Amino acid sequence: MAALLAVDGVTLQYPTRDRLVTATWRVSFEVVESDRFVILGPSGCGKSTLLKAVGGYVSPVEGSISLNGARVTGPGPDRIFVFQEFDQLLPWKTVKENIVFALTASGKLSRREAGERAMHFIAKVKLAEFANSYPHTLSGGMKQRVAIARAMAMEPRILLMDEPFAALDALTRGRMQDELLQLWEDTKFTVLFVTHSIPEALRVASRILLLSPHPGQVKAEINSAGSDEARIESMLFEHA
Amino acid sequence: MPDARPEIVNTVAAAGLNVTGKALSAPAKFYNKAAARKAVLLVLLALLWEGYARSLNNPLLFPTFSDTVKALFTSIASGEIPRAAAYSIGMLLKGYAIGLVLAGLLTAFASAGRIGADLLETLTAMFNPLPSVALLPLALIWFGLGDGSVIFVLIHAVLWAVALNMHAGFRAVSPTLKMVGQNYGLAKPAYVIRILLPAAFPGILTGLKVGWAFAWRTLIAAELVFGVSSGSGGLGWYIFEQKNQLLIPNVFAGLLTVILFGLLVENLIFKAIENATVRRWGMQT
Repeated sequence: MAALLAVDGVTLQYPTRDRLVTATWRVSFEVVESDRFVILGPSGCGKSTLLKAVGGYVSPVEGSISLNGARVTGPGPDRIFVFQEFDQLLPWKTVKENIVFALTASGKLSRREAGERAMHFIAKVKLAEFANSYPHTLSGGMKQRVAIARAMAMEPRILLMDEPFAALDALTRGRMQDELLQLWEDTKFTVLFVTHSIPEALRVASRILLLSPHPGQVKAEINSAGSDEARIESMLFEHA
Repeated sequence: MPDARPEIVNTVAAAGLNVTGKALSAPAKFYNKAAARKAVLLVLLALLWEGYARSLNNPLLFPTFSDTVKALFTSIASGEIPRAAAYSIGMLLKGYAIGLVLAGLLTAFASAGRIGADLLETLTAMFNPLPSVALLPLALIWFGLGDGSVIFVLIHAVLWAVALNMHAGFRAVSPTLKMVGQNYGLAKPAYVIRILLPAAFPGILTGLKVGWAFAWRTLIAAELVFGVSSGSGGLGWYIFEQKNQLLIPNVFAGLLTVILFGLLVENLIFKAIENATVRRWGMQT
């Protein structure tokens, strides 16, 4: 199968006040259609920076990232981000308006069609009653559900999720992981998911990329089926 | 090992419990309203004023509250105060509007790059602490006796405070929101208008409020010094003139008008904007 997303020898660096930090070093991997591809690694392995590079917010100093053969040069609506932060919804718009705005601002749909599609996806994440609520009246889990609904309504080529459940309590996190899998069963979207939690990676992923810290380098790329926590832990932390 | 304690499992029934509770008593409801509490305070202050002025019994130094209100109504009826107030408000709007436009330009320049930001920080650090009234003599030489000088000092009063607050508002926009905006592939002007402006609105609104208060203060002070041009003057000039004629109740009436107008703008206009925007969006509690 041809790769949907190809990351080829990508080195990422960012400047701090007095030095240039290398976040990842010559990282390569390929994501195919309908993958649930998880980037897993301890903090400091550059996984979030890597995801931002795929999103087009950071340019690699070496190597290339291409989506469907076209090189990624900047942010665009074909790669929609779901962030960890709860403030990713526009506070001056209601749940429904947030989704409608995303669809109309990117020029995907007219206002009326956008309204219909917004309601469809709001129902999917079970928030129909809250369609006209402002984000500050929702709980953290509900806000993340809206962000997921918004991202899915955009029907991007690939969904980029940056630890979307990390700021939630354990009970809600487990439920959200199940819901994400159910949504995936419906539409088989492609998702690139970043996490530092081994159980979350095992639950969500079909394929897992393991990164080492300081700077991030590929330790392994494995299938989720047939792996367990002990195996991943030994691969991540044992010095071979 | 302590004895194993029995487990307790309850079936929770929601029916029959009055969750909303009983209604508050009338005095408690009254006490919960900020406007009611403030009204009571105002009445008490007016009574205190009346009592003190009566005991002093010197209308030339300190007229009573009732005399002041009487003078206020006479001056309103005669058209003196409305004319002066209209003149002042006209000047205020001119200076405020020009000041806001300049502040907007300065903020846009400051948001575009580091040099712009440095310029804004340096200029505001220099000019914000400089009282507008200190520029009056200079303004008189540059623009002569009249509207030009007043508008010049008004712009000085508004510009720096507003630019400073607006810039702070833009800087406080969360990076996540910025990335969300870029994610939709919005063109630059649309990105600024539809994402940055509303996201920075709490700071912008603070700027508008601070700028308004500075402008009103400065205007009255400037009018006191040279508020007359071509026969008509503002509220500051009215106060000055009445003092010259020793009509002290009228002086108090003029001051009261200045205060009332300030309260009106703060509590009606800005409060309404606040309730419809930042409070509704949960960006300010």
